[in-house]
Amino acid sequence: MSTTSYIGKPVNRVDGPAKVTGAAKYAAEFNVPHLAYGHIVSSSIAKGKITKIYADEILAIPGVLQVFSHENVPSLAWFDRSYKDDVAPGGSPFRPLQGNEVKYSMQPVALVVAETFELARYAAALLRIEYEVTKHDTDLETKRDDGFEPGRGKTGWVPPPKPRGNPDKELKNATHRVEGEYIHLAQHHNPMEMFASTVEFLGDKKLNIYDKTQGAFNSQQYVMKVFGLSKDEAHVVSQYTGGGFGSGLRPQYQLFMAVLAALELKRSVRVSMTRQQMFSMGHRPHTLQYVELGTNPDGSLAALHHHALHETSQFEDYTENVVNWSGMLYQCDNVKLTYQLAKIDVYTPQDMRAPGAATGSFALECAMDEMAYAAGIDPLEFRLRNYAERDQNLKREFSSKKLRECYHEGAAKFGWEKRNPEPRSMRDGDLLVGWGMATGVWDASIQKCAASATFTADGHLTVLSGTNDIGTGTYTIMTQIAAQTLGLPLEAVTFKLGDTNQPEAPLQGGSWTAASVGNAVKQVCDKLGEQLLKLAQKMEGSPLKGAAYEDVEFVNGQIRLNADINQAVVIRDILPASGKDKLEAENTMLPNPINQLKNSLHAHNAVFVEVKVDPELGTLHVTRVVNAVAAGRILNPKTARSQVLGSVVWGISMALMEESVMDHGFGRYMNHNYSEYHIPVSADIHDIDVIFVEEEDDKVNPLGIKGLGEVGLLGVAAAVANAAFHATGKRIRNLPVSIDKLLL
Amino acid sequence: MNSFTYTRASGVEAAVREKAADNAVKFIAGGTNILDLMKENVERPSRLLDLNHLPLKAIEAAPDGGLRLGALATNADTAWHPEVQKRYPLLNQAILAGASPQLRNMATNGGNLFQRTRCYYFYDTATPCNKREPGSGCSAIGGYNRIHAILGTSEQCIATHPSDMCVALAALKATVRVSGQNGERTVKFENFHRLPGDAPEFDHTLAPDELVTAIDLPNEDFSQHFSYLKLRDRQSYAFALVSVAAALQLDGNTIKEARLALGGVAHKPWRDQQAEELLKGQPATEDTFRKAAAAVVSSARGYGHNTFKIELAKRAIVRALKQAAEGTQHASDIFTNSNP
Ligand SMILES: Cc1cc2nc3c(=O)[nH]c(=O)nc-3n(C[C@H](O)[C@H](O)[C@H](O)COP(=O)(O)OP(=O)(O)OC[C@H]3O[C@@H](n4cnc5c(N)ncnc54)[C@H](O)[C@@H]3O)c2cc1C
Ligand code: SF4
Repeated sequence: MSTTSYIGKPVNRVDGPAKVTGAAKYAAEFNVPHLAYGHIVSSSIAKGKITKIYADEILAIPGVLQVFSHENVPSLAWFDRSYKDDVAPGGSPFRPLQGNEVKYSMQPVALVVAETFELARYAAALLRIEYEVTKHDTDLETKRDDGFEPGRGKTGWVPPPKPRGNPDKELKNATHRVEGEYIHLAQHHNPMEMFASTVEFLGDKKLNIYDKTQGAFNSQQYVMKVFGLSKDEAHVVSQYTGGGFGSGLRPQYQLFMAVLAALELKRSVRVSMTRQQMFSMGHRPHTLQYVELGTNPDGSLAALHHHALHETSQFEDYTENVVNWSGMLYQCDNVKLTYQLAKIDVYTPQDMRAPGAATGSFALECAMDEMAYAAGIDPLEFRLRNYAERDQNLKREFSSKKLRECYHEGAAKFGWEKRNPEPRSMRDGDLLVGWGMATGVWDASIQKCAASATFTADGHLTVLSGTNDIGTGTYTIMTQIAAQTLGLPLEAVTFKLGDTNQPEAPLQGGSWTAASVGNAVKQVCDKLGEQLLKLAQKMEGSPLKGAAYEDVEFVNGQIRLNADINQAVVIRDILPASGKDKLEAENTMLPNPINQLKNSLHAHNAVFVEVKVDPELGTLHVTRVVNAVAAGRILNPKTARSQVLGSVVWGISMALMEESVMDHGFGRYMNHNYSEYHIPVSADIHDIDVIFVEEEDDKVNPLGIKGLGEVGLLGVAAAVANAAFHATGKRIRNLPVSIDKLLL
Repeated sequence: MNSFTYTRASGVEAAVREKAADNAVKFIAGGTNILDLMKENVERPSRLLDLNHLPLKAIEAAPDGGLRLGALATNADTAWHPEVQKRYPLLNQAILAGASPQLRNMATNGGNLFQRTRCYYFYDTATPCNKREPGSGCSAIGGYNRIHAILGTSEQCIATHPSDMCVALAALKATVRVSGQNGERTVKFENFHRLPGDAPEFDHTLAPDELVTAIDLPNEDFSQHFSYLKLRDRQSYAFALVSVAAALQLDGNTIKEARLALGGVAHKPWRDQQAEELLKGQPATEDTFRKAAAAVVSSARGYGHNTFKIELAKRAIVRALKQAAEGTQHASDIFTNSNP
């Protein structure tokens, strides 16, 4: 028996104790000596020019150190490329405090720095700013005819494939046809931890930067380029992140502000955002979608058209993959996918958990439900009938695809066969019961990633990779992989992340962290293992002499022969015996380009939802959810389940509550706080069942990991809306499905 | 937030005196509303006068046999007080439908009466608002007004009073005990809050130096037939879109006495005495309830995003009266009456 086999086991979070005791420090909690505090002033107008800033009035207050604005910011990097981070979309990134132009409401226009936080906030409230107002334009609804196809988008964006077959003709000839427009407003990430940077000034231009981010290296590159610092001068640390959901993929403006103030004042400075300011940044864009479907007499899809138009800012062309999924999720030979942006006076949208897919799957999967009803086929049966055996977008085979099993296992657990398809037919007392389902698909990506490993004579293994743990469980699963690879107990392994002095890891996003960092950790540990084996073979009377690395296994603190497990060397004894105090290895894991290009690499899920609706009052509750996920190897069922539970809650939130409502008169989001921007509370969440369908995949990457951060969210909003239809007979295509829409 | 000083009130009279002497002094009780408003720069007191050490925490028998709720008793202690649970379960339900356990543990009865509207524009100093800055205009009219009032509005303001507790107090015909420079007085609950008219900056009718010392519940029995129905966007930690406090006394199936008040629909807890009269003497049937509901909303007006509240209010009134008549409030419909 192996006691050091951890992969696939429900190991508790290794960072749990640090988090619950408060030992885990977040960016705004580093109380470095002689700290000054910055408070950001946000614009009250949506568009125009700053004509006057009465800085003198507040500089007169004792303890106020400086007011930074376009009037006194030193000249910084000149070219756009210096402001572009790893995932910047095309266009010209916003440069805080550079120029008097106001481009969107709540734009940061000044930073007040003072001796205390309270004083900075007070002085910021007093700062008078005069504007020359220009007419703004913030309503996507008025831009339906101004859409344009983006040029080069950001990393990871793929333009929709060219149309295939003859969709227009086949839609006309279809036996049954449905069409609909699906809408949601902007949504803001709102992680619990607000954006903050504490910049410790170490003299000259040397900085220690504690930043809230999903990628320390991305923040470092940005600071280096904008402020002309060396790698050594811009040391970024981000060991704990209180939620990200994509909001931390790009450096946020408090980082710029804090670094600017620290360099100018030659002093340590902290800048944190307020909750209200968390609505002044990237967001899931307001999107209008049109889907048209047609079927043949046998219920197969004859044709599909999916169009999306979403907002972007005036200065950057944010792109996400909204419609592409519709060309690969179902077998269909006549497909047209179109995608456009429209510019309005807002800040640039930003990736938010399952960007594009959460939006696209909502529209497609509602339309599939409508189509199933129009064709008189059960919605699950309809999907099975149109199951895609290969990826028609890429014209490739799937490396693995257990979506069929997701459908079957999910439906069985949910009891789908007991469903009466007739809307308003199922009841629980006076309440209407609705059952709906939907499907999701998400990329199984992997990125280049470096890691290092050090094994010391006391038997302890330390593995480093500068990734991030945004609450997903990265600390834990990497510890598991490292421990299992070298056959060590978990307690003998420490995994460290979130520091630009560590080997470089990609941004924590795109659900690629488990695969990228996981495989990197595995590789570097194997490299160390080879060294250990060599040393072990040199030990006196070593039973491992002549064995190749493949001939041995690292288990239970020993290296032992596969052929005879009693022939073993205790790993702890190796370094003392060889007289070394440590062994080190460093490695950069590169994805296998052939596997990456030959296959279609995706994770899938099927979601089943029960809602209960009070027919008179229009109140709706999601009483039951089953989410069956096929995402390759599950490294830790406990952290994995948490990811999917969180996704389901997020999906319910998207379906029933979330919207950043803009008053177009002011061009300003008006519900910019936790009190009025609603997300579910515990009482809104009932039973959630998570099923992981077994899926072995040796093509996606050596460890067979597909990632879980996002796929679980897909389909949830659509399944809720479909269940609402089944319960009430009302098709709501405009999220959120709120009481006012269900009532009327 | 501005700089302010903080002092403790040494007694009721002293508190009233200090407040009268300086308009920029504000009382603080639980702090759950005043501190938020200070952080948003909406309230800018130069001094906070802390009431928490005044001896106004008791919940005790009132001289007429009713119950006296101290102004500084917390919402939680009030809701869970055995006499409240037994004799005034409508109040228990209303309080528990509000805010969250953490907030109710801090919030006081006095503070609950004075809590200010949740209108988005009132909270955002970048936008005009007559309530915050008289004469600057009402941004909600013609703006985003999903949570706004449909009854008793004015051209100057369409804000709602956000309290749940106060809706029950209105239905129960509470009286408010007040101390001021000129001594003590009592104010009928229906006269405590006011409609916006052309002075939306005033939420209530008290003078600036007056302090609430207690709330008296009359010696009446609505413990058998009552309902507090709150409809909101999520199950906790959200204000009412519409709420209804319904209380009945029945003789067989005939309504002897009726109380009906609504929350989330007006600048004050909206008790409708005409509708109550319509109910009295009638059989407790859906038809009767519908008539009362129609009467309540007959003067309602929608402003766009909030127009759904008219229909919602009507249906909620019927449901609440039905629950009250059937005595089913305790059967706890998990969806409309859970109280996390
Ligand atoms: C997120 C959130 C959600 C909420 N949800 C709900 C809800 O669903 N339903 C609901 O009803 N409420 C809700 N509340 C509001 C809550 O009930 C009130 O904030 C609370 O009752 C106020 O009481 P307090 O003692 O904290 O008042 P404070 O904040 O201390 O004071 C409020 C005001 O009352 C004045 N004041 C206090 N006591 C007296 C007195 N004795 N005499 C004269 N003036 C006095 C103060 O000067 C101040 O102006 C919510 C609050 C929050 C923050
Ligand atoms: S409704 Fe009242 S509180 Fe809201 S903006 Fe208008 S005046 Fe201000």
